[in-house]
Amino acid sequence: MTSCYVVHEAPVRRVAIFGGTHGNELSGIFLVKHWQENGAEIQRTGLEVRPFITNPRAVKKCTRYIDCDLNRVFDPDNLGRHMIEDIPYEVRRAQEINHIFGPKDSDDAYDLIFDLHNTTSNMGGTLILENSRNNFTIQMFHYIKNALAPECCPVFLIEHPNLKYATARSIAKHPVGVEVGPQPQGVLRADILDKMRKIIKHGLDFVHIFNEGKEFPPCTIEIYKIMEKVDYPRNKNGEITAVIHPSLQDQDWQPLNNGDPIFLTIDGETINYEGDSTVYPTFVNEAAYYEKKQAFVKTVKVKLTAKGIRSSLS
Amino acid sequence: MAASCRLKPLSSVAVSGGTHGNEMSGIYLAKHWLRDPMELRRGSFAVTPFLGNPRAIEKCERYVGQDLNRTFTTELLSSTEAEDEPYEVGRAREINQTYGPKGSAQAFDFMFDLHNTTANMGACLIVDSEESLLPMHMCHYIQTHYKWSPCRIYLYKLPGEETYSIDSVAKAGLALELGPQPQRVVRADLFAQMRALMACALDFIELFNKGTVFPAFEIEAYKITGRMDYPRYPNGEISAMVHPKLQDKDFLPLHPGDPVFQTFSGEEIVYKGDTTIYPAFINEAAYYEKKVAFAKMEKHTFSIPGLQRE
Repeated sequence: MTSCYVVHEAPVRRVAIFGGTHGNELSGIFLVKHWQENGAEIQRTGLEVRPFITNPRAVKKCTRYIDCDLNRVFDPDNLGRHMIEDIPYEVRRAQEINHIFGPKDSDDAYDLIFDLHNTTSNMGGTLILENSRNNFTIQMFHYIKNALAPECCPVFLIEHPNLKYATARSIAKHPVGVEVGPQPQGVLRADILDKMRKIIKHGLDFVHIFNEGKEFPPCTIEIYKIMEKVDYPRNKNGEITAVIHPSLQDQDWQPLNNGDPIFLTIDGETINYEGDSTVYPTFVNEAAYYEKKQAFVKTVKVKLTAKGIRSSLS
Repeated sequence: MAASCRLKPLSSVAVSGGTHGNEMSGIYLAKHWLRDPMELRRGSFAVTPFLGNPRAIEKCERYVGQDLNRTFTTELLSSTEAEDEPYEVGRAREINQTYGPKGSAQAFDFMFDLHNTTANMGACLIVDSEESLLPMHMCHYIQTHYKWSPCRIYLYKLPGEETYSIDSVAKAGLALELGPQPQRVVRADLFAQMRALMACALDFIELFNKGTVFPAFEIEAYKITGRMDYPRYPNGEISAMVHPKLQDKDFLPLHPGDPVFQTFSGEEIVYKGDTTIYPAFINEAAYYEKKVAFAKMEKHTFSIPGLQRE
């Protein structure tokens, strides 16, 4: 059956699952290591699924990164930099990864990469979308959300002129970020690992069903679109002078309105949110973002529609 | 009933924040007190705040060379300075010089040490043993006067083991361990709780110094009997996680046959001990490398004699 509302997409044959892009986010690391020993769970007929540790040196030291954040250096400048002696470890590694799974923006690049992360924020099982026009990924997220319902599966769109960052997964034609929290750095929680595992299972099921020829009609999902980063209040020495307010702590994805508390100073003074409209904060009190000057990120709720899709080989 | 024990009033008291450079409640508190020590003053004494491990704090890591809070053994403190020694060995000697020497008459009367844990331990008061009279009385006072949440007492010294923690430099000490909090994160609620616990502890010292008679009492405390590692593969990597039924159940009874670990294939591993224990430090991030999935504790009730100042 052909319909002008259905886009024919190439089947997805080459899939990678990245763990350890940050070496202290343990769920992805242990899942990938387990799947490298026993990959039965991630196999689907008709596709190759390759589990891969992206930052092995950081994983060995159980630290986020060695020289710089691997998940920020997959931009054309860094990927194209010539290999000189004092190149940061993660830039060299990004080039290697681009060679294996890319090259980024070419036809040879992998079709789909799942990049597994944890956060200290109370974000639950969040799916990260890079491109609001990627019908395949939006359809996948719709499928995963339905499969996990009534459990919530927020979708976070990081498309933004300056806030979007060059992720490891962006090498692929269809990049998918999986961010599960709250989990402390360096800790492996069974419940968080299980949540991540279920997301991957449903994601791979979707790919398989899609490849087999099922037509997915147009769909609409509610997503949270990134608007702005908010830093901690700081003094002139750059030191933090207030912490996330108890009313905002753990309230990722909950509405934040003008006048609601956001920070608490050491003297007990409350600092309130000032804004024209309701926003939905996320990455609230993420450990790794203190150095990136990010106390939380403001998002707005948006409805995103994907066209119907069907594999072009069916 | 035995008469009260009498101890000298406390005059030299110190508090360390950042003995571990990524445990943020104590670091933020100590930095605040270094700027404004008002809260640390009482009529009869004042507390000296300091940053336990400044280099680790700067890097926001637990330690730079080795765990500072395991470095206060007699052997390490009396070792001669060597060029390639870990930073923390030199730092421990400095701390011992300023607040000790450990075991001597010149040592500080009391030291507080502020910590966070990723384990669900709530507000935990860590003392070396039930025989430390002053700290036990302080814990009892805190338990009866600190109303925000229950405080449990954790006795950390195994029989025959030497003390090695920073607060063992002083004549008596107490560590405050608050969790759960991820490393490198400041939670406003735990920060406020730690601050309130310190205020309560200082109230106790003030009352003690002023001559209050503290009668004998019975108190429940958890005493360590051992540590349980994760199951591991031959290459040393962990082969199972803390079981979901044990996760976050610090200080709750664990019976023989109860699940403790879950493998990555979903198999359950049960506790094979003989008796009920009370696990603590369940899934503490810093303990994976120390090969500790949780500490095994026994619940005891101790009779503590009365106390007043000389």
